[in-house]
Amino acid sequence: MAVETGEVDWAEAMQRVRDHADRAAFADLFRHFAPRVKAFLMKSGTDAGLAEECAQDVMATLWQKAHLYDPERASVATWIFTIARNRRIDAIRKARRPEPEDLPWGPEHEPDQAEVVALQQETERLGEALAQLPDKQRELIERAFFGDRSHSEIAAETGLPLGTIKSRIRLALERLRHEMK
Amino acid sequence: MMTMTTITHHLTDDLLMAYAAGTLPEAFSLVIATHVSLCDDCRARLSGFEALGGSVLECAGVAEMSEASLHAVLARISGTAPAKAPEPAARPKGVFPAPLQDYVRGDLDAVRWRPVGMGVRQAILQTEKGATVRLLHIPAGAAVPDHGHRGTELTLVLKGAFRDEEGRYARGDIEIADEATEHTPIAEPGEDCICLAATDAPLRFRGLMPRLAQPFLRI
Repeated sequence: MAVETGEVDWAEAMQRVRDHADRAAFADLFRHFAPRVKAFLMKSGTDAGLAEECAQDVMATLWQKAHLYDPERASVATWIFTIARNRRIDAIRKARRPEPEDLPWGPEHEPDQAEVVALQQETERLGEALAQLPDKQRELIERAFFGDRSHSEIAAETGLPLGTIKSRIRLALERLRHEMK
Repeated sequence: MMTMTTITHHLTDDLLMAYAAGTLPEAFSLVIATHVSLCDDCRARLSGFEALGGSVLECAGVAEMSEASLHAVLARISGTAPAKAPEPAARPKGVFPAPLQDYVRGDLDAVRWRPVGMGVRQAILQTEKGATVRLLHIPAGAAVPDHGHRGTELTLVLKGAFRDEEGRYARGDIEIADEATEHTPIAEPGEDCICLAATDAPLRFRGLMPRLAQPFLRI
């Protein structure tokens, strides 16, 4: 499992893309992440054709904006998630996405390898903690991220009362926080 | 720094998670991006929710992409090297954090205010339909007229401070009100109060103007 989802590899692949315009590393990233981005968009209600097109856009953005990837701040999966989310807002919902003001590192910041490794380990723990949530809780967290659905729409779809959905999500978050301590 | 600001009113998990997921109306996202720009606590919590989004993306399944699709993207990026890191842009410091400056196209002095009565002024910012966001200018010591809500209202203080039944709100503090909230914010004396407020339903001002005027004024 650790090798399959190995963040070490993806962060390195990103570095090869950024520093050496490495097309083989890009192809590896594409084969792993593009099908996930497509699935993510389809679960948000996008049809297969548009989801495939947007997944291509997301991966092209990864190439063009590789210099913005910071392995100290986010895993590759997280960074790609934010690109896919923004693409969904931009291309599918046709709205703007206001982003918080960036916190600059200061001049010539080189990533601290210990920080990068710590973040990768946290990412793995979070993935495991998410997988270990009771199905009912995990499904609601996933649906919350698939997007363009408010709690009340999820309520209408699942037949669950709104209060139940909110308390399940709260429980899930408490559990994840406990696991991440 | 002599002017220490401590933010005591923060975003809820619900709002941060929805912002991380990208499911909020643009008007709400602007208020949240502006608050996070001022609040390191909420910035850290937001990055936790984005990490959760990454885990969901990693774990929640795959949909087949053809090799042809990969080759199409390889062709698209062919001959282009990834961009080099740009020089960090020097942001002009001001009252408004960067995301708000993008919508106003400038800082406080660029706002085009319109009076809405009782000395209060507002400027509605352009966002997608479904929710609205406005800047409010409340004279020092003045009350924002008592109003109820038909949905959720977020009010972020950018300058000055106000008080209501719930407490004191100063720069960076965010008040989250819903249908059950009936409150009368009053700007503190001494300094005018500037807020950024988003609603997903029209505000109901009480006793300020006839209801018929509301759609016209877009309140």
